[in-house]
Amino acid sequence: MEVRPCSLSSTPPTVSSRPVMPSVPQSRVLREQSHIGPSVDAKIQVRNLDFYYGERQALFHVMLTVRTNSVTAFIGPSGCGKSTLLRCLNRMNDLVEGARAVGRVELDGTDIYDLAIDVTDLRKRVGMVFQKSNPFPKSIYDNVAYGPRLHGTKDTRRLDELVHHSLEGAGLWDEVKDRLTQSALGLSGGQQQRLCIARALAVQPEVILMDEPCSALDPIATGKIEELIFKLKHTYTVVIVTHNMQQAARVSNQCGFFLMGELVEFGDTKTIFTTPHDKRTEDYITGRFG
Amino acid sequence: MGKRADSMKDFWLSGELFVWMTASGVAVSLLMVGAMLALIMVNGLGQFWPATLHQIVLKTQETLIGQLVGQEVIPNSVTLDRPDGLNRFRYRVGNRDVFGSEYRWVNGDDIISTSRPEDLTFVERREWGPAFGRLGIVGKDGKPEASDGQTWSAIGALVQESAALRHRIEHVERDEIGAINYRLEKVRRERRALMLDGRLSSREADVDRRLVDQIATLERDYRAKTVTLEQLHQEAGQKSLLLTLANGPTLRLTLDQVVAVSRPNDMTWSDKSVAYLHNLWLFVSSEPREANTEGGIFPAIFGTVLMVFLMTIAVMPFGVMAAVYLREYARQGVLVRLVRIAVNNLAGVPSIVFGVFGLAFFVYALGGTIDQLLFPESLPNPTFGTGGILWASLTLALLTVPVVIVATEEGLSAVPRDFREGSVGLGATKFETIWHVILPCALPGILTGLILAMARAAGEVAPLMLTGVVKLAPALPLDGYEPFLHLDRKFMHLGFHIYDVGFQSPNVEAAKPMVYMTTLILILMVVLLNWTAVMLRNRLRKRFAMSPV
Repeated sequence: MEVRPCSLSSTPPTVSSRPVMPSVPQSRVLREQSHIGPSVDAKIQVRNLDFYYGERQALFHVMLTVRTNSVTAFIGPSGCGKSTLLRCLNRMNDLVEGARAVGRVELDGTDIYDLAIDVTDLRKRVGMVFQKSNPFPKSIYDNVAYGPRLHGTKDTRRLDELVHHSLEGAGLWDEVKDRLTQSALGLSGGQQQRLCIARALAVQPEVILMDEPCSALDPIATGKIEELIFKLKHTYTVVIVTHNMQQAARVSNQCGFFLMGELVEFGDTKTIFTTPHDKRTEDYITGRFG
Repeated sequence: MGKRADSMKDFWLSGELFVWMTASGVAVSLLMVGAMLALIMVNGLGQFWPATLHQIVLKTQETLIGQLVGQEVIPNSVTLDRPDGLNRFRYRVGNRDVFGSEYRWVNGDDIISTSRPEDLTFVERREWGPAFGRLGIVGKDGKPEASDGQTWSAIGALVQESAALRHRIEHVERDEIGAINYRLEKVRRERRALMLDGRLSSREADVDRRLVDQIATLERDYRAKTVTLEQLHQEAGQKSLLLTLANGPTLRLTLDQVVAVSRPNDMTWSDKSVAYLHNLWLFVSSEPREANTEGGIFPAIFGTVLMVFLMTIAVMPFGVMAAVYLREYARQGVLVRLVRIAVNNLAGVPSIVFGVFGLAFFVYALGGTIDQLLFPESLPNPTFGTGGILWASLTLALLTVPVVIVATEEGLSAVPRDFREGSVGLGATKFETIWHVILPCALPGILTGLILAMARAAGEVAPLMLTGVVKLAPALPLDGYEPFLHLDRKFMHLGFHIYDVGFQSPNVEAAKPMVYMTTLILILMVVLLNWTAVMLRNRLRKRFAMSPV
């Protein structure tokens, strides 16, 4: 169950001086450097991350930078490791028995796999929205207030404010303001997913991770969520996993293409979708496989 | 031939036969349950109906008064000229103290006439079972008063008077003298506690003197109450009724012997229905008389409910905590699997084994130690060192804990992974997730376990016989005296009551309907307990319904 947080203590502060892994194509490393360098607006830096489920390696030497107040999308076929990487960013993989991470994931420059890190505090800063909407079987209000209550907000007026603010942030307030005390399970699928986003917002995170948030929704609900993501990036840093490439093209600023546990290409979404450097990326995007 | 075999095979494969087989399985099960309930109800519910009293004149010029309770064809009586055989009838003639037996067989041949005179009276007595005959009043001078149209209403008034008197006697006996006894016992114990270490300091001697005074006062009160009681008894004995039995002998019944009188032949259907409900109410609300064969079963109902309740309080936290550890915290490996197998097997251990354990561990070891540490002044009389409702409840809790663990584990594992992730993703610790999300969602499952546990506990008798059930408990385990809930007291239980009334009573034949009635009440209680829990579970289910998406 426990993941022994591992970091390469020998990792130098800047990547340029790090020894290049033989299996990583030279061109890729060079290309990535532009994003991994000590840029001012880096929120999360993944440095040379390997990830294992027991014996099976799921991620190979992943390196990327997530920029502050932007939307970063991970795309790729099923089982390519994009969800695994997402779950590494707030250590949700700790829940998986036998899971193990080697490498560094830095949030604002601090390694989150460090022993001194408080995992619950990390997850407070890096919230998550799941593929399947999972509101608790409680009232709408209690769902949103769940996080703040856990973290010690007891004052009802403050809670009311937070719930209002979060629901508004998730674009759900007008639809549910008259039935806050009713069960969240009575909402439609799209509303439930936005409620889950509101629930994540209520904890006031810095980063929001979204694991295929629209895969179970109809196009209209999907459109609403996408609008919401546009809005959210002004306040938060958003990382989204999707296997809908149009969605990635629409909502994201940066984009990473994964294949069999490797980050094949990472860069501006526009570049990836118009002039990909890697042949495999081009094949995937043009629909030749996947 | 081959073709027929093929069509047989087709028929089998069509599944029609299988549907019939499964359906008949259901039908047979339903039939068995229905038959069981019907049998119990037919045999039990009849006893409260005021049965017609027959007056039978026999060829021997003997007269009988009784209720017809059965008839059969005499074996070997079927001959060529009498193809239907001879009938014989079984009458309940009552008056056990005079006739020796409450029942009598009469050959149909011997009966000259049967009639139903309206003045035949059914007298329910405090002792010796019912008596049937004709009632008259005995005057103050001891001679029977002339009987006229007023007599019956006068008798009714007398019986009511006697009921009021008995009520007062009971009040003095149980409440007033009971309170004095309770205080006397307490003071005596205090005094013994003072004496325990042998020597008295001067301050202790003062206390002792005060206690001795208190004892003297209480004993004086007690004597005064005894005098009152004697007077009441005398008053009750002064007036009496005269019962003329079937063949002429008379029976003088003092008023305190009579519980109720009725003339069933003179009653209309609605009268009888009212009497029926009244009798039924008395059965569930009053205390047993005459070695449990008469009167009610209230203490047994109360004991059963309280025992199940205490068992629930004991088994819930342990069962749920164990299940949460096994499912949520323990590393799922060989050891946990072994523990699970052991827990499941525990559910299959014969219940008497738990009884023996309860006796050895709870009663002797634990109770004996508690007595030595906390109640040394009562020794050698045991307080907790003997069977009692606490030990019985704990023994049953032990018996039912596997059921709760298994059901709770199932409930926990049914909580979707999404809920856990959702909670953890918001920065909740594992404990917070279990407490706020998983346990509430698993509550219906936990309640299912509780329902099964309660049903099992309410019906279990064997372990209770070793750990605290008695034939007749002098007092309920819950009453007005401090500390109100007497966990050390022995108690009565419906299951044991059935066995006791049916097989240990002096009048097994007359008690038979009581056995069925008590069984019916036990079934009703289990149903009621379960129904309450099921309702609760359904409400929770609605509240914690899993996400539809």
